[in-house]
Amino acid sequence: MPRTIRDVVFVDGVRTPFGKAGPKGIYHETRADDLVVKAIRELLRRNPDLDPAKIDEVAIAATTQIGDQGLTLGRTAGILAGLPQSVPGYSIDRMCAGALTAVTATAGSIAFGAYDVVVAGGVEHMGRHPMGEGVDPNPRFVSEKLVDESALFMGMTAENLHDRYPSITKQRADEYAVRSQEKAAKAYANGKIQQDLVPVSVRRTNAEAGETGWGLVTADEPMRPGTTMESLAGLKTPFRAHGRVTAGNAAGLNDGATASLLAAEDVARELGLPVKMRLVSYAFAGVEPEVMGYGPIPATEKALSKAGLSISDIGLFEINEAFAVQVLAFLEHYGIADDDARVNQYGGAIAYGHPLASSGVRLMTQLARQFEEQPEVRYGLTTMCVGFGMGATVIWENPNFDGGNK
Amino acid sequence: MSSTTELLKGAAELFPGEVVTQAHVRHLDLPSGAGRFALITLDNGLDHTKPTTFGPQSLANLDAAIDQVEKEASEGTITGVGITGKPFIFAVGADLKGVELLGRHEDALAIGKGGHDVFRRLSGLAVPTFAYYNGAAMGGGVEVGLHCAYRTVSTAIPAFSLPEVFLGLVPGWGGCALLPNLIGADRAVSVIIENSLNQNRQLKGKQVFELGIADAIFEGADFLEQSLIWTAAVLKGELAVERPAIDRGDAWDAAVARGRAIADSKVHGAAPAAYRALDIIAAAKDGDLSAGFDAEDQALADLIMGGELRSGIYAFNLVQKRAKRPVGAPDKNLARPVTKVGVVGAGLMASQLALLFLRRLEVPVVLTDIDQERVDKGVGYVHAEIEKLLGKGRINQDKANRLKGLVSGVLDKAEGFADADFIIEAVFEEIGVKQQVFAEVEAVAPAHAILATNTSSLSVTEMASKLKNPERVVGFHFFNPVAILPLLEIVRGEQTDDASLATAFGVARKLKKTAVLVKDAPAFVVNRILTRFMGEIQNVIDEGTPVEVAEKAIEPLGLPMSPLVLLELVGPAIGLHVSETLNRAFPERFTVSQNLAAVVKAGKRGFYVYDSGAPVLDPEVAALLKQGDTVLTEEQTRDRVLDAVAQEIGLMLDEGVVAEAQDIDLCLITGAGWPFHLGGITPYLDREGVSQRVNGKPFLAQGVASVPA
Repeated sequence: MPRTIRDVVFVDGVRTPFGKAGPKGIYHETRADDLVVKAIRELLRRNPDLDPAKIDEVAIAATTQIGDQGLTLGRTAGILAGLPQSVPGYSIDRMCAGALTAVTATAGSIAFGAYDVVVAGGVEHMGRHPMGEGVDPNPRFVSEKLVDESALFMGMTAENLHDRYPSITKQRADEYAVRSQEKAAKAYANGKIQQDLVPVSVRRTNAEAGETGWGLVTADEPMRPGTTMESLAGLKTPFRAHGRVTAGNAAGLNDGATASLLAAEDVARELGLPVKMRLVSYAFAGVEPEVMGYGPIPATEKALSKAGLSISDIGLFEINEAFAVQVLAFLEHYGIADDDARVNQYGGAIAYGHPLASSGVRLMTQLARQFEEQPEVRYGLTTMCVGFGMGATVIWENPNFDGGNK
Repeated sequence: MSSTTELLKGAAELFPGEVVTQAHVRHLDLPSGAGRFALITLDNGLDHTKPTTFGPQSLANLDAAIDQVEKEASEGTITGVGITGKPFIFAVGADLKGVELLGRHEDALAIGKGGHDVFRRLSGLAVPTFAYYNGAAMGGGVEVGLHCAYRTVSTAIPAFSLPEVFLGLVPGWGGCALLPNLIGADRAVSVIIENSLNQNRQLKGKQVFELGIADAIFEGADFLEQSLIWTAAVLKGELAVERPAIDRGDAWDAAVARGRAIADSKVHGAAPAAYRALDIIAAAKDGDLSAGFDAEDQALADLIMGGELRSGIYAFNLVQKRAKRPVGAPDKNLARPVTKVGVVGAGLMASQLALLFLRRLEVPVVLTDIDQERVDKGVGYVHAEIEKLLGKGRINQDKANRLKGLVSGVLDKAEGFADADFIIEAVFEEIGVKQQVFAEVEAVAPAHAILATNTSSLSVTEMASKLKNPERVVGFHFFNPVAILPLLEIVRGEQTDDASLATAFGVARKLKKTAVLVKDAPAFVVNRILTRFMGEIQNVIDEGTPVEVAEKAIEPLGLPMSPLVLLELVGPAIGLHVSETLNRAFPERFTVSQNLAAVVKAGKRGFYVYDSGAPVLDPEVAALLKQGDTVLTEEQTRDRVLDAVAQEIGLMLDEGVVAEAQDIDLCLITGAGWPFHLGGITPYLDREGVSQRVNGKPFLAQGVASVPA
């Protein structure tokens, strides 16, 4: 049977505000699946032209698929969100790149012709499911020295990355972090972020954490506007004595969920759905697990090569800021300045937080907004590092591209 | 200290056991820059199985929360105030346990006034107020929201009602005065009177919205978020809330009149609550809320000090609590599993039983009878009923297939019952026939199988007496219509063992029936009392009192139907049969009416003809009646009948037919539909002095179903 690869487009993306993990965090008494449900419902509310029965798949990522993040979340969240029973769903795990993988896996299936419209997203409630919950690494990893012992501790891999790039100092990482907070605060002030947030009602019964009763979360909790070099200078380096990685130049431990709507471009046009980004290529790559922050570089190489593009064709970057060093390594590799205006225009995970498997769609949602505002840009990319030594990159085309003078 | 605080403090001292509801105040930023908002969450700190209620300390907590938001509102630091509940529950109103404890009119008045004083502060705040009905809302829960300027409701709420009239109260924390002024008198009458008197019918979220009680409705999945987004739009003036104008003309009076007609048809003037509520609704026509609230306070206090409410709460507790924990039932761990049911007989009763067992137990059910035609008819009935359920959408095709596959009919008991765990007979009411049937069943059934009888009047002990294993025989007496009346009298024969009894109670629970343990005494509970009751009326008629007078004499009790209409429903022949059985057992008290015998002999199925719509004594029946010349007044008739009932219940308790008077009342409420305001019957007999007159003592201690000493 003859087949035509179809263009896949990013229709829309939303997320919950991100929270700080832990007993005082805004989502401490909120279930992870409920976070996903709120995001999916917002997506449907924003796109009333889409008949929910036309959704062919719900792919939801979570790193720790236990409890309220288990039970095949894509399916259960779909039912809880009120999607018709005829809409199937499944769960995905690629740790930090979970939601990104939910997007690429379903996008591949759309291109193949298996689906027309999908929901792809992710969630991580790191308060309810701390990193490493229930893990049982095979002892051969260590006994046969398959990976370094630091590979499972993300902060240590970041220190390792500093070792690989001696020119990336703590000073540069902190400067990067300060800029991220500044850019995020500015994006908030300009209303760039709120438009893609779904408010979430949250209950609190523990008076030690603040006022009790029901509240409403409308903004990201982790943000620290007004962060200065001075305030970062004194922070501990918990992963290595006299090290460089601190809570200030890394993303925190967070709770949150994202959801996006993808479609075959012809279907989106036919249904009158918005087309915010067009998928160009994607790639994943593996690196030594102990320097997992290096991952975005080979992944981007692959994605560019598949697209027949070079790094200079990319007009906007959304790089997940798991660690400042990991972004700086990427920029250094490509000879891009630390404060290049094309990179993370709204700030990044250092400010907003990084609820592991949810973050990929946040990057895309922000890139889509930047595409809208900057029709002179043709291509952008979203990239992130992934635990156990991986990188993930998706290259997108701006459908608003005006032929440009770039 | 404000007067409200003092009032509530005094009330709290009377109710040390209150489960206290907290009123948490939490601040939040509304979406789209609509400002800082104070949200009050009502929460008793327990899970959803223990709904949030209002007692005096709870009201004081809400009062304190309102102190806080009132200050913030007047200082301009908040733009609005909302109130909502813990997950799945908004609030279910006054704590009835606290109401039961009130023994003085002034304390009752304080509770009414305390609620009003606190709730009405919400409407006096300097900023708009919003109620978000997120879950079950009843009584005072509904009312606290009515004091707010705006309301939203969740599609997911399972129950919303003003059940006060059902219990014997009025919605007295603003409901009677506010609701008609919000949604019009006619709709208010539906909610306050009609639903309450219709077995406390509950509204769903969609109806709450359609009635206009809520201004907006949102789905459960993100109800609070959407309510707050809606609130932001209202506060910013982006969304105007429009409500239809209230018709304060003749429609208002017509609505109140409709309410009175409903009350008359349901309680026949016998319970005051509905009428008091209607008086307040009628007066609310002028929109004077303060006067309405005062009237509510008075009505509440009067009703709380009245016997009908105490009976109502007593009845409510019987049905809600005692019914779930049958007194005298053996340890449920003794119960054996029931994986297949046999039904002896395939007539109408047997077929109805088969259907009930099939639907509730979902195990194979086998019908047997004496010829194939009857068996086929029985199975056919069950199939047809399954089809009806399917047609109504009550079950799906898969379930229908499953149920049909589970029911079968055979002629050979050995084939049908060899692996049955529970076999019930519903054959002709004749001891020899029943003994014969049980002997045949015992010969083929497993040794552990329960042999149950649906007899209404025969001795279970005697029925079991000729069996090898009489310890497994139990009485399992249903009430017609089987699908509707909840009562199941479970009869312990002299030799019935605990395991068999426990199994019977286990089956009853799965059948969702209200099981009451009854001694093996003639006609058990309901039929014995009803027969004595109707026998005495029949005696009065036979002796010469006109039928209309005898019937009318009973009206003030507010029974669901008149005695002769009930006899029609039961069937005169069955009524006669039971009276004959009881006459044999207790000839000194139970007579067999020759007039009734004549009616049965003439083949009449009832006493009335309904050609004109209303019941008129059938001239053919009138012609059969042979009456004496002793004519009693209504009052004399009523006294005589109630004396007889009180005497019979007293004797039954002496005989140990049931454990306590409470079980008699539970039986009458769930098996005969006797009303809540009578508390079944014994609270009423105590209240009216009948028990004292006849037995020299009341059935229930003071405070059980009456105002405490």
